Amino acid sequence: MIAPLLFVLFSLVIIGGAIAVITTRNPVHAVLFLVLVFINAAGIMVIGTAEFLALLLVVVYAGAVAVLFLFVVMMLDLRLAKEKDTPLSGFRRNPALWVIGLCIGMLLAAELVAVALSWDSLSTGMPPRLQTPIPADIPNIEAIGRVLYTDYLIPFQLAGLVLLLAMIAAIVLTLRHRDGVKRQNIAVQNTRSVEGVRLVDLRGKSKQP
Amino acid sequence: MPPLSVDYFMVLSAILFTIGLLGIFLNHKSLIHILMSLELLLLSVSLNFVGFSAAWGDLSGQIFALFILTIAAAEAAIGIAIVVVFYRARVTIDIDVADRLRG
Repeated sequence: MIAPLLFVLFSLVIIGGAIAVITTRNPVHAVLFLVLVFINAAGIMVIGTAEFLALLLVVVYAGAVAVLFLFVVMMLDLRLAKEKDTPLSGFRRNPALWVIGLCIGMLLAAELVAVALSWDSLSTGMPPRLQTPIPADIPNIEAIGRVLYTDYLIPFQLAGLVLLLAMIAAIVLTLRHRDGVKRQNIAVQNTRSVEGVRLVDLRGKSKQP
Repeated sequence: MPPLSVDYFMVLSAILFTIGLLGIFLNHKSLIHILMSLELLLLSVSLNFVGFSAAWGDLSGQIFALFILTIAAAEAAIGIAIVVVFYRARVTIDIDVADRLRG
């Protein structure tokens, strides 16, 4: 059985990378660790027979979102925080945060792991009713395409709408109007008459057309 | 190959979710780190969807993981835009500076 071994390998890299993401001080290093996490998560998804999602994770996350992060981190010219300002320094300043954060984190982890481990005893024994069973004879990407454009057409379109909204929102948020910039006004340019055109000699002598 | 038990995915997803949440709680300095912790949270949820999809032989889990990916991309774009606007206003992305509504 090679799949569980591979799963554990990928999982260990993911966990280590995730811990590195939240503890490194340098944001560039954190983004690169995030890319490591995403690529290993793609491996996990291949084990989970979701090949298309694995490809998408590499292309969209490691290729686009992480590069967006890198671009912004480098564009913002962040001064590296001082030596004492690690991401954990909030804890050092306020030791009560240790207790609160540790309690919340451990509670959450214990709950999730308990549910995961008692999953078999929680099941009712009845087979689950499948919404869209995975067809056995066609590739994963074709199976996704068959249901994505039929059964899930409206959610798919809504997802596209969400992306459009995000694009417009990002542009509107970061748009900056500067004063004193000369712009071309195409409407005015196209509606002026020939009589209104005056040629100007740059050496000072003006002449009429 | 028989599908891997869903327990593997759930334990990994639980640990990854906890790490992401801990990243948000721990971090008191940088907005970028908080956005990356959010990405970790969404990734753990997608992994959970994929694990159940593989264990039950149901494709809709993968479809919903796809939608989560979409939402995560949109969230990253808007979050980074907000970080850029915040940086223009304050010349830092320190969380401690973001303590008033107008200024």
